[in-house]
Amino acid sequence: MSILKGRIQSALLSAIFLCGLLSSCGGGTKDSSSSSAASGASGTAKGTEIYYLNFKPEIAGVYEEIAREYETQTGTKLRVVTAASGTYEQTLKSEIAKADAPTIFQINGPVGYAAWKDYCLDLSSSELYSHLTDKALAVSEGEGVYGIPYVVEGYGIIYNNAIMEQYFALPDKAVSFASAREVDSFEKLRALVEDMTAKKEQLGIEGVFASTSMSAGNQWRWQTHLANLPLYYELLEKAGEGDVIRAGLSAQEIDFTYAENFKNILDLYLQNSVTAPGLLGGKSVADSMAEFALGRCAMVQNGNWAWSEISDVDGNTVLAEDIRFMPIYTGMPEEEKQGLCIGTENYLAVNARVSPEKQTASLNFLNWLFTSDKGKSYVSGPLGFIAPFDTFSDSEKPADPLAREVLDWMEKDTRSVIWTFAAFPSEDFKNDFGDALLEYAQGSKSFDEVKETVVRSWKSEREKAGAAG
Amino acid sequence: MQKSLKKYFPLFVLPTLAAFIIAFLLPFLMGCYLSFTRFTTVSDARWVGLLNYREIFISSQDFLNALWFTVRFTAVSVISINLFAFLLALLLTGGVPGTNLFRTVFFMPNLIGGIVLGYIWQLILNGALYPFGATLTSNARYGFWGLVILMNWQLTGYMMIIYIAGLQNIPEELREAAAIDGATGLQRLTKITLPMVMPSITICTFLTLTNSFKLFDQNLALTSGAPSRQTAMLALDIYNTFYGKPGFEGVGQAKAVLFFLMVGLIAFVQLAITRKREVEG
Repeated sequence: MSILKGRIQSALLSAIFLCGLLSSCGGGTKDSSSSSAASGASGTAKGTEIYYLNFKPEIAGVYEEIAREYETQTGTKLRVVTAASGTYEQTLKSEIAKADAPTIFQINGPVGYAAWKDYCLDLSSSELYSHLTDKALAVSEGEGVYGIPYVVEGYGIIYNNAIMEQYFALPDKAVSFASAREVDSFEKLRALVEDMTAKKEQLGIEGVFASTSMSAGNQWRWQTHLANLPLYYELLEKAGEGDVIRAGLSAQEIDFTYAENFKNILDLYLQNSVTAPGLLGGKSVADSMAEFALGRCAMVQNGNWAWSEISDVDGNTVLAEDIRFMPIYTGMPEEEKQGLCIGTENYLAVNARVSPEKQTASLNFLNWLFTSDKGKSYVSGPLGFIAPFDTFSDSEKPADPLAREVLDWMEKDTRSVIWTFAAFPSEDFKNDFGDALLEYAQGSKSFDEVKETVVRSWKSEREKAGAAG
Repeated sequence: MQKSLKKYFPLFVLPTLAAFIIAFLLPFLMGCYLSFTRFTTVSDARWVGLLNYREIFISSQDFLNALWFTVRFTAVSVISINLFAFLLALLLTGGVPGTNLFRTVFFMPNLIGGIVLGYIWQLILNGALYPFGATLTSNARYGFWGLVILMNWQLTGYMMIIYIAGLQNIPEELREAAAIDGATGLQRLTKITLPMVMPSITICTFLTLTNSFKLFDQNLALTSGAPSRQTAMLALDIYNTFYGKPGFEGVGQAKAVLFFLMVGLIAFVQLAITRKREVEG
């Protein structure tokens, strides 16, 4: 009897274990990854509380301040929750299923819109949209507008001019030009970087480039941003006179025509780095930015959002006036005309499934943020956004040095590279690409295999997206 | 006593039962239902029948790769954890000085959460591999053995405690009698000790088997599947499918249901086998 009882008990016990297992893996209500920056835990006026799910962890603190300010000014409660880095889609997926769903969230472009179209309100008649300087930037379908970009960003190779000047002052430098501003092609960049590597002891650096970070979740600078360049040129040819991103979205297959150009710049990063290629699998973006901030290297590929990250590093040695941008040269013809990569993947969307009062309140808040003087002072001040709205005058552009550089480059006589990665088929495509790059860096894959992976993954992921949509 | 227990039984069981139903049973049933639907959020689903289950095997090799990796990992870690735990238990019941201190020390790792452990071991192992110019992600083999080391470190202490409890339950007379009859140390171990701790072995193999098979946190933190998803275990693959691919939530859910059935089957087969070998104490 006692044995039988024991058996039943242990069977029950196992059943409990197993149920727990399934519900914890598949329930989809995991929100342990969302770091809450909520201002005041529970809302008082539930009906019109605005809930904004923020994408950018680096400015989560500023939003708390904005929420307090907005509540004192208008009496409307604003709750801001910030998803931890790299977990926005997960957080959104679980948050939006709740009864108290986000009223304002963010999509990353046409591909993100395809996933969230049932939840995106048509914003074509909103006031904010009327202020958008370039209407083509918005995510639209037919007559409707579903995502409004709120920030224009640029990326390229960030360099520390103090170290560059030190190099150009060397008597035995091997390059013929006299400042980093004169670099306007891959050949010049390579000559410069390789000579700097040869003289790294004299310059007091450990490598020219910061680590090519390849750890999980830290590959986006390569599989998205760097990959943008060769694919931009390829899709530009496909598009002819038309829109590059549309050409990308309709491309069932790609050839990765400019794979060799991608390899040029990637090899330059890998071979002149602070870190040996075999060790890159353990490096994060934060590591790279710290290396740059501490003056252990002279260059790092990143965007204007990185300034806060650089200046916040303890012991930062990079001065605001020394920090500059250079376009990413890959050895394309006529690349002296090429500028920075400029675009956005940050589009605001309003939840179509919350009450009309909440929708109106949300739109009012967005209006306040981007059109009122107080709101604008946050946008160009602590948030540091280059906002694409006509309500911002020239004097209201952000003051941080990298944003200034982006604006300078936009005014130069160069052609900015569009953020074509908005047309990449899926996250998995980028991950496949990144995984292949890691293996290439470690020497376990050849570059031909990387190229093959990219071509194959684009095709299969596009097919899947087509089947899903 | 017996009577009042019976009387108040429903009252006392109610909170736990309610919690169990709300937190486990309902999500479980909902999860089963969702595996037959196409959905973006759990409150908004459309019935598609068995399509998701077909998609698991058509869309990619990831699930089968993860399954094979998981099976290999489970086999290695179940054997090694139980072996080490049993040896430690034997050692720490044999009258070594400082027994209690050692027991505490070996048990401690079990108190640290999986994510934290994963990152700590990532640092340690990357540091160990540094002189060779490699990291955990250089080769899937490193990730595999890294996980095995991590799980051994974490679970051995816990299993050791269970084995110690089992060993202490063996009546001293049995061993003494065997010794007087002239049984060697090895004979005493295999003929007396092992059969007598069989209940502990049942529990320990069950715990290590299921814990290894459904390992997630440590896997996510240590390698996150790198390189190229070669070290992704089943739970991580399900997570990646569910959250990483828009439109594939249902497929992730279907994988989770298959996963549940597999773990359930394996656990019950194991229980049945080890139970049979238990002897009445």
